[in-house]
Amino acid sequence: MSADTVPVTGWGRTAPTVARVIRPRTFQEAADAVRDCGVRGGIPRGLGRAYGDAAQNAGGDVLDMTALDRVHAIDVDGGTVLCDAGVSLHRLMEVLLPLGWFVPVTPGTRYVTVGGAIGADIHGKNHHVSGSFARHVLSFELLTADGRVRTVDRGTPLFDATAGGMGLTGVILTATVRLQPVETSLMSVDTERADDLDDLMARLTATDHRYRYSVAWIDLLARGAATGRAVLTRGDHAPLDALPDRARREPLAFRTSRLPAAPDLVPEGLLSRTTVGLFNELWYRRAPRLRRGELQRISAFFHPLDGVPHWNRIYGRAGFVQYQFVVGHGQEDALRRVVGRISAQRCPSFLAVLKRFGEADPGWLSFPVPGWTLALDVPAGLPGLGTFLDGLDEEVAKAGGRVYLAKDSRLRPELLAAMYPRLDDFRALRAELDPRGVFTSDLSRRLTL
Amino acid sequence: MKDAFGLPQSLLVLGGTSEIALATARRLVTRRTRTVWLAGRPSPALDAAAEQLRGLGAEVRTVAFDALDPESHEAALGKVFTEGDIDLVLLAFGVLGDQAHDEREPLNAVRVAQTNYTGAVSAGLVSARALQAQGHGSLVVLSSVAGERARRANFIYGSSKAGLDTFAQGLGDALHGTGVHVMVVRPGFVRSRMTAGMEEAPLATTPEAVATAIELGLRRRSETVWVPGALRVVMSALRHLPRGVFRRLPV
Repeated sequence: MSADTVPVTGWGRTAPTVARVIRPRTFQEAADAVRDCGVRGGIPRGLGRAYGDAAQNAGGDVLDMTALDRVHAIDVDGGTVLCDAGVSLHRLMEVLLPLGWFVPVTPGTRYVTVGGAIGADIHGKNHHVSGSFARHVLSFELLTADGRVRTVDRGTPLFDATAGGMGLTGVILTATVRLQPVETSLMSVDTERADDLDDLMARLTATDHRYRYSVAWIDLLARGAATGRAVLTRGDHAPLDALPDRARREPLAFRTSRLPAAPDLVPEGLLSRTTVGLFNELWYRRAPRLRRGELQRISAFFHPLDGVPHWNRIYGRAGFVQYQFVVGHGQEDALRRVVGRISAQRCPSFLAVLKRFGEADPGWLSFPVPGWTLALDVPAGLPGLGTFLDGLDEEVAKAGGRVYLAKDSRLRPELLAAMYPRLDDFRALRAELDPRGVFTSDLSRRLTL
Repeated sequence: MKDAFGLPQSLLVLGGTSEIALATARRLVTRRTRTVWLAGRPSPALDAAAEQLRGLGAEVRTVAFDALDPESHEAALGKVFTEGDIDLVLLAFGVLGDQAHDEREPLNAVRVAQTNYTGAVSAGLVSARALQAQGHGSLVVLSSVAGERARRANFIYGSSKAGLDTFAQGLGDALHGTGVHVMVVRPGFVRSRMTAGMEEAPLATTPEAVATAIELGLRRRSETVWVPGALRVVMSALRHLPRGVFRRLPV
């Protein structure tokens, strides 16, 4: 079991803190590591894709679970997989696609672990149909603070506290996940442009139910009448008969492509209002007004950024902040106000997406609620950004909405209880399960989770 | 914990009545800071400072701390750190002395040196060790441009700040990679009680401006901050002037 004392950050590369990073190779080593945690505790970490400080633990231990990466069993008929929590969704796709199965939910990157997917209760473009990741988890094994391994089934309080619980209830060791059947590894995608925010919301409301996957890229730098203009990309897994003859020979091949990694040193301010404005203009213009049935690879449709390893470096040394919130149906005005404020503030954001969420998920700290979710990226060095985002928080909280903990690195702790009404249940369960506070992260310290 | 912009939730001020420190504390309290410890010699001024920050919504506690008594630092500051993480330690105590008078009274001059340098070495090391155990935190040290080059008019104060500045730089290098960030702040002439009645130097600034610069430095994780920023260039030029020329300057 290797252990290094090194600075750790999230994917946004802000607020580094130093921890002892331990990489257990067996369940026993993981149990030993949890037992040996000092007064500053420990926190499990997967592939480090949470943007903020969720998988950091200053002065304590961080359990890097990626060495526990075995796929134990696949039920090819029933469509379930039993695997270690350190297995990435990328690995699952490699293994499962040739068998005609796909992960039930994938976020914007394949490089997240199953454990992290449960801990953050991630969602994807199919949330309006399929819900969050934990909805498809039948059970998992959880290593708790007392060193015991518990089998946790869906529908139990411990399951609902762990789904979205940011690793604070314990270390997930294995999970059984229900899969999505597919005929091919290609996606059939419809693309259309929306002229402004109202047009966008109208299109999403009217026709989202026709698609399994739906998301809209939104140009937050557009102003005036074009505020909130967007490109909708929606689709489903392509059926076999939609493939051209050549592709039918290997319909389930999982193909990805990778460009060279982003360099470690990029000039400060590469992503300025000018460059991002130019990018957004081109990105909007190059999208077709309307195109139906385009065949795309899974990697191109779901994970375009995975094609550039270390893409998070392009924001420079200061790193970047991801801000994602959701407001319920009926709070469209709040969404309009927020988009208007972002546009007026000229936030250089090129990864902004809007999506309609479906039913809420059972996790106590799960993020999705039925309504509208907007995610955006902003370079952390932007002057006045902290105060500006505080203002957005107020707007979101007033509308009964919430921000996503897996992306958070700056929320005012006082707003948390209003955003997550089951926070007290979560705290109570943690106090009982982990009275010494073994599982601690920078996120939990910052927000007193 | 600090947030993505380097803003602390808890703050320990060493020299709890320093105007620059209080301007900084006020600014940070309007942002994220909820817990403030003011360390200083017990006095009505210290209590008033605490009351003022409480008025802004912070939970403020005072702790007895004397820069001139290094033996007590371990106990006094250790108590603060056992109560919870400190995200930012602001080392702000210091005295200007009275150059003309102190030249005639060496013991007074020694007091300036002991407060500004020896006391800071002790408090800085005690804080650094506690921050290192936390694995995170910033130590912000208020140095001065006076330490950059000795001036006839205030070399006693200047030399103590020169020592402090060098100490803080070295400490920052020693702590590199431990999660602890050391930031040296070099203000020019600051309009405050300390300089009341003195003739104002060019590029004079205010405690509030220093506070703003500190907030920016925290966000950028800077290692050195000049206030105002133009002083960096000015001092760089002054530093390279030959002694004979520098002596004749009206500074």
